[in-house]
Amino acid sequence: MDILIYGIINSVSLALMALGFTLVYGISRLPNFAHGALYVTAGYICWQLLHRLGLPYPLAGLLALAIMALAGAAMYQLILVRVRGMAISEIIASYAIGLAILEGLRWGGLKGATVILPPFATGSVGILGVTVDLQRLLVVLLGALLVGGLWLFVNHTRLGLALKGMAQDERAALTLGIDSDRMAVVAMALGSAFAGAAALVLLPLGNIVVEAGYNVLIMAVAVCIVGGLGSWTGAIMAAFIIGFAQILTVVLLGPHYQVVVAILAIILTLIWRPSGLFGRQKELEERV
Amino acid sequence: MTEPTQDRRKERVDRGIKVRTDGVYAIASWREMAYLLAPRLTLIIGLLGLPIFLTAFPYWQKVVSIIGIYALLAVSFDFLAHYVGLVSLGGALYIGVGAYTSAYLNTWLGLPPLLAIPMATVLGGIICTLLMWPCLPLRGVYFAIVSLMFPLLAARLIEALDILGGTDGVLGVDGLPNRWLEQYVLLGCLLLLLFGLRRLVNEDIGLVLRGVKDNDQAVKASGINITTFKALAVFIASCLGCLGGATLAHIYMWAGISQFALDFSIIPIAATVVGGGGTLVGPVLGCLILVPISELLRDFGTLRIAVYAVILTAFIVFKSEGLMAYATRKYNQFERWVNI
Amino acid sequence: MATEEANKAPILVVDDVNKIFGGVQALSSVCFELNRGDILGVIGPNGSGKTTLVNCITGFVTPTSGRIVFQGRDITGWQPHKIADAGLTRTFQVMRPYYSLPAFKNLIVPLISPRARRTGGWRGGGRLGSRDAVAVDILEEIGFERDSYVPYKMASTLPTGYLKRLELARCLALRPEVIVCDEVFSGLSMSEMASMVPLMEKLRMEGVTLIMIEHRLRELFRLANRVLVLNFGAKVAEGTPEEVMANEEVKAAYFGSEEVYSYV
Repeated sequence: MDILIYGIINSVSLALMALGFTLVYGISRLPNFAHGALYVTAGYICWQLLHRLGLPYPLAGLLALAIMALAGAAMYQLILVRVRGMAISEIIASYAIGLAILEGLRWGGLKGATVILPPFATGSVGILGVTVDLQRLLVVLLGALLVGGLWLFVNHTRLGLALKGMAQDERAALTLGIDSDRMAVVAMALGSAFAGAAALVLLPLGNIVVEAGYNVLIMAVAVCIVGGLGSWTGAIMAAFIIGFAQILTVVLLGPHYQVVVAILAIILTLIWRPSGLFGRQKELEERV
Repeated sequence: MTEPTQDRRKERVDRGIKVRTDGVYAIASWREMAYLLAPRLTLIIGLLGLPIFLTAFPYWQKVVSIIGIYALLAVSFDFLAHYVGLVSLGGALYIGVGAYTSAYLNTWLGLPPLLAIPMATVLGGIICTLLMWPCLPLRGVYFAIVSLMFPLLAARLIEALDILGGTDGVLGVDGLPNRWLEQYVLLGCLLLLLFGLRRLVNEDIGLVLRGVKDNDQAVKASGINITTFKALAVFIASCLGCLGGATLAHIYMWAGISQFALDFSIIPIAATVVGGGGTLVGPVLGCLILVPISELLRDFGTLRIAVYAVILTAFIVFKSEGLMAYATRKYNQFERWVNI
Repeated sequence: MATEEANKAPILVVDDVNKIFGGVQALSSVCFELNRGDILGVIGPNGSGKTTLVNCITGFVTPTSGRIVFQGRDITGWQPHKIADAGLTRTFQVMRPYYSLPAFKNLIVPLISPRARRTGGWRGGGRLGSRDAVAVDILEEIGFERDSYVPYKMASTLPTGYLKRLELARCLALRPEVIVCDEVFSGLSMSEMASMVPLMEKLRMEGVTLIMIEHRLRELFRLANRVLVLNFGAKVAEGTPEEVMANEEVKAAYFGSEEVYSYV
């Protein structure tokens, strides 16, 4: 029972971490390796707003999300748009930006000081005989909410449909009057906001540390690769596979193996089926 | 007067001497020969002379070895990325494997460093190639991601399984007899490998590798097993990296997890981008610039990673040709205004 | 050389080949035989599975089911380089030469392949001279003027006509038995094509068997001795150009109207 419940919680956390990454890649084919850095930054900004400016928690959270969205859009518009289309440059540039942010934070802000976001809800409840923190339940709830919201947004709003169109075929979308550069900015803003949202929900479970940035990046990449790059439903399914695999290894082998599982998942998936377990015809383009 | 207008634009023309030295006139006169030799001699004398110039600054003399190691790694990155089309973001794997191999050869088998280093180079090259072998059919982004994961995995596995000395690493590795030897072994190897690789990429095998980069399907359709050639290229590249790693283990007299660290993956890439990818010499130049900067910033801890990440971003976005390509252009061509 | 019997047996047999891409039937039960010295034209509307057929034959895609037999050997599921090594090679519809190399250096790649070293390359010249010289020879054979700058120019600067020839030259360097040409005529000007047609005829006389995927029917029907028509991944008709042109089903399925006569 433990495994089931914590597996679900872990899977939803993974899905949350990966959502922003897969969103950006799915829409604009941009592997945003600064994702982990954005995640940590969101938490840090929120903490700053809470403690320096003394804003109330919900306001600080929303403000942090807005700042992240702006930062993501700016990052795309000022830097990444110039290497657009050169996949390797995109990876290196976004990874370097992420590194600069993370290591800058480590040097400037997160050194020594303990930075903790307070949980939204304290206390715990028993579900089927397992005690679960309310915050963790909240993670599942919010995760479901965000995924559902994203689904509604993509399928039932003009902007969402434009994004979907671009995700499917950028050139066709261009001929239909969808400004692909502007959509990519929107995608990046959304992706950053999602990274921030994930951070605000998940970070209260522990300290804000720089390592989280790297780990989140690895998790996000793992989920996306296993699910098939750019496939949203695949990503969610992959989150559950990896999530349960992690919980199982934690139970059977020990806590050290969480990241190892993710990395192994990446390597094995790429070797065995580069298109991902649920990817479509990617195998063809990449292998052939 | 510096902006092109409707009736004037800038024109770029090859220098006369460049055109002459392209052909049979290359050895026509001392002037032509000097033109060809000057850049090469600058590099050779500059690199070999570096330890001597720096005798007055013992601290900086130590940095020369570090520059050499990073330069080896950067050249290997450049070779793989721009001549074979395999972008390996995990250079730390080579360093780590080389360091551990050499450390074990030294501590278990008792080989002297000067024997352990070359053996670790080849052995490490073989180990890395075998590790990478299943990933060789991958291209582009996928290979980049998977290669980025290898050093991370290695570090976490060593930590989690507590193998290979765990978090303590391998202690008690012999140092090299003296500093001069250490530096000249590194710099000599660097120069040899640099010129060797430049030769290789224009030989027939090198042409196949460049073919793989430009269009691997056509190479397949030519009846060539590209996996073998990619493996060969990865072997060469990882030998370079492992040589650096092996030497590093003997300089620090220690091999440990931190040799799989991010520094070794990111500085060579930054150096290649700054120096100019696809030139092979560019990465060395990049290392000569970036490594001292990184040393100057050592007191600021991780800020140095942030600094060269910023430099890397700036160069890849705004000056992606790199310094070497720029310098070559200035050396070989001049610009003038022409009226339209 | 091969015996009389081997010469009579079909050089390539494609037997009931199916390919399914994620639920889409790209090829369904395609069968044909190719005899030595044939020029087989393969035509069909866009998306009818022509290129998939090429990919299946040359190993770039593994058929979902079916068999491909080349010179008596079952090559289904072989790696592309192994198939090329056996003497069955192809050109690509999208020309991507080795951009960073001069045109004649493009041929070094096939010339150092195991097959070319065994056979000596086109006309066996590789046994005698240096690879560079053989490369220029092959290029001259295929229409690059030796004394002009063209063979020594960077491949990235060559115009379409030369790139198409370069694709063919790359195949020739292997001294293949069969070349599968994926649209070598498309994108060429009338004059470029005028010199390309005799080239293909010359290749046939040299003993190369050709499969030509084409949209330019006029030239194809002049060259081919047999034509295969694909539609929606299935074989609609097969026969001599005249038979195919007269076939009502082909007209209905492929050309859609009487315009066929004005087009051919």
